[in-house]
Amino acid sequence: MTASIDMVLIVDLVLLTLLCLTALAIMLVRHLFAVVALTGAFSLLSAGLLVTLDAVDVAFTEAAVGAGISTVLMLGTLALTKRREARSPKLSPIGLIIIFFTGATLIYATPDMPKFGAADSPGLVHIVPSYIEGSENDIAVPNIVTAILASYRGYDTLGEVAVIFTAGMGVIILLGRRREDEYGYSEESAAFPLHPETSDDEEGKDKS
Amino acid sequence: MRVVSKMLIPFILLFGLYVQFHGDFGPGGGFQAGVIFAAAFILYALVFGDDQARKVVPDKALILLVPLGLLIYALTGFAGILLGGKFLDYDVLSSDPTHGQHLGILVIELGVGITVAAVMISIFRAYAGRTKAIDKEDW
Amino acid sequence: MVDALISHYNYWLIIILMMLGLYVVVSRGNLVKKIVGLNIFQTSVFLLYISLGKVSGGTAPILTGKPEAFSNPLPHVLILTAIVVGIATTALGLALVVRIRESYGTIEEDDILISERSQDASDINGSSA
Repeated sequence: MTASIDMVLIVDLVLLTLLCLTALAIMLVRHLFAVVALTGAFSLLSAGLLVTLDAVDVAFTEAAVGAGISTVLMLGTLALTKRREARSPKLSPIGLIIIFFTGATLIYATPDMPKFGAADSPGLVHIVPSYIEGSENDIAVPNIVTAILASYRGYDTLGEVAVIFTAGMGVIILLGRRREDEYGYSEESAAFPLHPETSDDEEGKDKS
Repeated sequence: MRVVSKMLIPFILLFGLYVQFHGDFGPGGGFQAGVIFAAAFILYALVFGDDQARKVVPDKALILLVPLGLLIYALTGFAGILLGGKFLDYDVLSSDPTHGQHLGILVIELGVGITVAAVMISIFRAYAGRTKAIDKEDW
Repeated sequence: MVDALISHYNYWLIIILMMLGLYVVVSRGNLVKKIVGLNIFQTSVFLLYISLGKVSGGTAPILTGKPEAFSNPLPHVLILTAIVVGIATTALGLALVVRIRESYGTIEEDDILISERSQDASDINGSSA
């Protein structure tokens, strides 16, 4: 028993240290492409950490979303904006004060938190055994996370799909309506037509 | 690159389908499958060009798929009401409650997967539609 | 005692990660870097939640027919939702950054403030004339 928690703890601490180093590098590097690559590495390391913490579904999603989609989106943004941070990083006193106080408050609260790996933590003993049992008997689905996500907490998942839908609509509205060619002349993308009465003069005024 | 990705993309799509429908038995489910699906199409668009990708998955189809998943999810919830139970109650969807639960979970995971995939592809396309050529000194 | 210290050290490292992310958001002027810092902060919060749910000697919450201890699956569900919502808001934030760049020509916060103030000044001059 002690051997298993030591191994998990050691891997945990090593991965967390690597994550901290990556975050430090992200803070200091100015070339934004390198920052995006480091963000991908950060996501991958945290996916590895999540696997050691027995969260396989979450690790799957984090690896796919963080190291995949997020990197592609940031690269797309960089292709449309600048590629270097303009000012060299300097120490910001207000930032240091904020993080010092926030960090101190959080660390002050940690002794009250359950020990890492505790089997009697309050979040575990009240409703989760009934979910596990129900997942085995009533729903008969082996993946407990899917059972909770889709059945016991299905309403929350509905709200989440609505959030994804709204964010997608927002991005399409913000970005999806114009195609620029090299002369800067914008024309409508055929699938998302703006008001049909928009004249060319108005578009020229928007561009200037 | 083109040859390799032409060989890879069907496997990625197949893996996405596997993750979607085996979400009950192993890690997986709607979100992961949707993202993997989108990754396959994004790879296609990156390698073969945005215009080609627009021919394969037209914009109009995409904009129809985005709310379709949400609609499937909500309609499953309402089907629960119509069949006598509460909103999003899966027990009443079939004669055997356990079977009803399986059916409900399958259908809503499908809805989730469709919306997530369509939204991710649309977001990527919105970015790609605006990109102009990158000057050498901007690197 | 040392055991307790080591196990709480795990939480301290995650809090340090959180603070690094928060510092990037507060202190850097580049908008893309702010969003990256926000991502770091988000991911570290997820790690905190999941490490709270870990049960030592337990395993991934998938039923296999053998009776064993499972790690708490409830945080997994919440964090799954949170990850996907996080990517949605990141995409929206990055889209806003692109539009800001097209409007102001820059994505540095200081330059945007300068341009806003000069625009306000010229508006006041223009309206008073």
